[in-house]
Amino acid sequence: MNMVLEAPHLPLIGKRLRQEASRDDRIKLGFMAVIGFYLIIALGAPLFVMLSKSFSTYRFDLAAFEFQVSDETGANWGPVVSAEALNRELGAVADGELSTNSDGRLAATKFFPEFSFRSPVHYRIRGTTNEAAFLAGSTLEKGTEWRDYDSSEFRRVVLRPERSLGVANFVTYFSTPALAQSIRNSVLMAAISTVFTVAIAFALAFGLTRSCMPLKGLFRGILTIPILVPSLLPGIALVYLFGTQGVFKDWLLGYSIYGPIGIVIGSIFFTLPHAFLIILTALSVADARHYEAAASLKASKWRTFKTVTVPGARFGLVSAAFVVFTLVITDFGLPKVIGGQYGMLAVDIYKQVIGQQNFEMGAVVSVILLVPAILAFAVDRRMQKRQVALLSARAVPYAPKPNARTDALCFSFACLVSLFILGMIAMCQIAAVVKFWPYDLSLTTKNFAFDLMDGGGWAAYGNSIRLAMLTALFGSIIVFAGAYMVEKADGFRVGRGIFHFLAMMPMAVPGMVLGLAYIFFFNNPANPLNAIYGTMTILVVSTVTHFYTVAHLTALTALKQMDPEFESVAASLKQPFHRLFFRVTVPVCLPAILNIAIYLFVNAMTTVSAVVFLYSTDTKLASVAVLNMDDAGDIAPAAAMGIMIFYTNVAAKLIHALIARGLLKRTQAWR
Amino acid sequence: MRHAMSIEPTPTGSLAADQPMAATAPYLEITGLWKSYADFVALRDISLSIDKGEFICFLGPSGCGKTTLLRAIAGLDLQSHGKIEQAGRNISTLPASRRDYGIVFQSYALFPNLTIEQNIAFGLENAGRSKTEIAARVAELLDTVGLAAQSKKYPAQLSGGQQQRIALARAIAISPGLLLLDEPLSALDAKVRVHLRHEIKALQRKLGVTTIMVTHDQEEALAMADRIVVMNHGVIEQVGSPTEIYRHPATLFVADFIGETNQFPARVLADGEIGIGHSAFRCATEDFSAGQAATAVVRPVDIIPHGADAHAVNAVDRPATLQNLIDAEVREMEFLGMFWRTRLTAPRLGDRTLVADFSVNAVRRLSIQTGGVIQVEIPRERLLLFPRSA
Repeated sequence: MNMVLEAPHLPLIGKRLRQEASRDDRIKLGFMAVIGFYLIIALGAPLFVMLSKSFSTYRFDLAAFEFQVSDETGANWGPVVSAEALNRELGAVADGELSTNSDGRLAATKFFPEFSFRSPVHYRIRGTTNEAAFLAGSTLEKGTEWRDYDSSEFRRVVLRPERSLGVANFVTYFSTPALAQSIRNSVLMAAISTVFTVAIAFALAFGLTRSCMPLKGLFRGILTIPILVPSLLPGIALVYLFGTQGVFKDWLLGYSIYGPIGIVIGSIFFTLPHAFLIILTALSVADARHYEAAASLKASKWRTFKTVTVPGARFGLVSAAFVVFTLVITDFGLPKVIGGQYGMLAVDIYKQVIGQQNFEMGAVVSVILLVPAILAFAVDRRMQKRQVALLSARAVPYAPKPNARTDALCFSFACLVSLFILGMIAMCQIAAVVKFWPYDLSLTTKNFAFDLMDGGGWAAYGNSIRLAMLTALFGSIIVFAGAYMVEKADGFRVGRGIFHFLAMMPMAVPGMVLGLAYIFFFNNPANPLNAIYGTMTILVVSTVTHFYTVAHLTALTALKQMDPEFESVAASLKQPFHRLFFRVTVPVCLPAILNIAIYLFVNAMTTVSAVVFLYSTDTKLASVAVLNMDDAGDIAPAAAMGIMIFYTNVAAKLIHALIARGLLKRTQAWR
Repeated sequence: MRHAMSIEPTPTGSLAADQPMAATAPYLEITGLWKSYADFVALRDISLSIDKGEFICFLGPSGCGKTTLLRAIAGLDLQSHGKIEQAGRNISTLPASRRDYGIVFQSYALFPNLTIEQNIAFGLENAGRSKTEIAARVAELLDTVGLAAQSKKYPAQLSGGQQQRIALARAIAISPGLLLLDEPLSALDAKVRVHLRHEIKALQRKLGVTTIMVTHDQEEALAMADRIVVMNHGVIEQVGSPTEIYRHPATLFVADFIGETNQFPARVLADGEIGIGHSAFRCATEDFSAGQAATAVVRPVDIIPHGADAHAVNAVDRPATLQNLIDAEVREMEFLGMFWRTRLTAPRLGDRTLVADFSVNAVRRLSIQTGGVIQVEIPRERLLLFPRSA
């Protein structure tokens, strides 16, 4: 017995043995390296670059440049004088103008008021440090060597700013009241939406699991509809319902829909399915024995609800709350459409980058937005783990008993919420096909003539479908292969850990942040991958990466259900791993792979946030077109395009169901 | 087994077949094997030789390292230190795919989406065999395990025992030199388990394949193994035939783990004589010196009842007739079908409880009943002595 307590005294000689690598091991290692490399390129590196941007400030250092001016002959040089001295004399550039961004340029001629490009005078310029840089035309010059230019060349000389690291950007951010206010606004909106959404989702999930109300399948279907539309769409619907010309405008008692009210109602719409599905799962695992015990102890209904139902779903509730909070605080489409003047973090990023071209400030807002998202993500992961532990293999599934009053109550509530969801969709559908809501309700197809409007036309719709298909195809392959390496490769424990961490990270990175990070990383001429900037490839890469985590977890769950000894058996039978992979692993996991594909497809159709920074004139997308048409005031066409996305996703879902059924019949005969 | 046994004993691994070996060379030789984790040593200095064709059982409680040892032999979990040689070839660090063995897991690990046929054929494909060759071999194997009629079914459609036989057929399909069985029977019902144990043993004998089976079930090990390797806390406690292990356990752990025991603190009084409680018993004391503390062990089945003897005299008064006979009062009797488990108390054992298993016949013949006083014998050659640490 005392052997266990004894310190292990190992043989002193000889190192720990290492297994000789088999061919399989080498192939697996290669695969893992490739997919790990993909995640580093598509996620780690861009985020790192963005982080460093947010801490970078750019300022023209006038002391770092010196000039010399010649006389009219061009041969005799005057005294050496620094730009700083000249500026002190002339006051040509105010101190505030010296702060700039990475693209900042300052014309050298500013320091020579008498400059004329026709004069025979020559100019010399040099840096006083090796870092001082200036552009002559498009040539970058650096260093302390004198360089001569005649006047016509000198007018094209511009100084470049010096980069320094620091928190100056953050100081600027927090001292700009309009920007700092966005943090409070975003947190407030997210918090209010979370309370409402979780309460509604819990009531719905309760009705579906604990009552005998009719039409449960139908309600379940309706409640997942918002997943199929971009988050912009509820915004557009709300504009039509409660906007300046809205039919139900009076219901708001004079308050405007543009702002907090619109954001909260729209957020409830698009986050409801996520919260509903999480809580539904949590409530579904209820153990009937707990209810029987409560009944045998003569506990009242209310007491049973408080002591059995709610605690049983508490991890689901917390998890749902964090998911909703993250979705609302990171969403960009909805506040863009309905937010009015109400500043929100995600919209600030867009405004800073697209509106003001202030990339550094965009990066600062991104970093701030990462904080709540990562926090929510970390708490959620912890909760999910504990939720699993609650499941007991011996639990007896709960079967509700009919109760007229409860059932009627649950049914009415489900009807009400369904009406809300269908109403929003119907509103968009009507707006898309009538001439001028609400004054001229005659039918028209002019709103679908996208080619006559800004936004990208029908080509954008085609691009979206291409993006969705490519994302579904390559995403499923990359994600499943990656999850297989994490779960089934033995050895390389450290590599697998890093890989898994990278795979979990996208969940915590808001789309806007990812998109901006891509600009920084890929739109850099020094990057060999610069070529993919502005192409469909970067859209596919960003979308796959943006939605990587959920897909990865789906694949992982499916793989974990497989016997861990399959690989050992195949090795003992001297079969290469890829044979096992294609003959057993893939066929057995096919349902999960199809689910990943449809998940990626639907999200690629609806996403706006990451791609809004990355599309080019050739790769405009339907979801972005909704945004741009709405921005341009073409709200009805925007609704029409949104509806097209919705129908496309519905069709994709139906095709997915058909393919799944057909394929499963052939490959899953053993089930 | 009543099924036709058409499979011939096949040559073992390719290398083994080429190399003529001395008759005495072991087939599998393990030397100085260690397996350590950050804060735990799973195997410590294991050395073991296994002869060709032997059926070996690794037996021990859970966490004793038996599965770790099996997985090291299979190349699934590499040992930290130590050498493993199979058929004269050093396989210590070879990956699993380059070793020569077939394996059956507790979960069977049958591929759920392949039919029985396809499962068995899995290891045969990809090795240059023709389709007809493979089909013939699969049919032969299915016949061997008596499941020819089920060939088109999927694993989920078979019972646990049938799945187990398919797993076995798949493992032996490639004619491995070594067959590894990792608790193959523990997921089965008691009846099926007993039945399959005979089948596996018969098949093994027929094929002559060297086999290692991991089990925590001592009955299974006793019934199947040529030799048993008893393990505890990462070390080998004893290696021996089932009867050796049972009759002459090398350590107290082995005595206690295999079969059941009564244990008493004892002291060696003189050569061939020990004291338990206040009395002396005759007992072999070869490795002990007088005055040494020890633990005396006797199995319940080894206690012989002599009935209520009117002339029984307290042995303390008559040391000359030291026959290891004691008077005992029957406190409890429990009917277990084949025998009666009785709990006795004996003043001479210091009123400790002595558990004895009496046959139904003996109980009837000697009319043993609860509350009665009987005389029992603890046979000298069945009284085992183990060192006791202070």
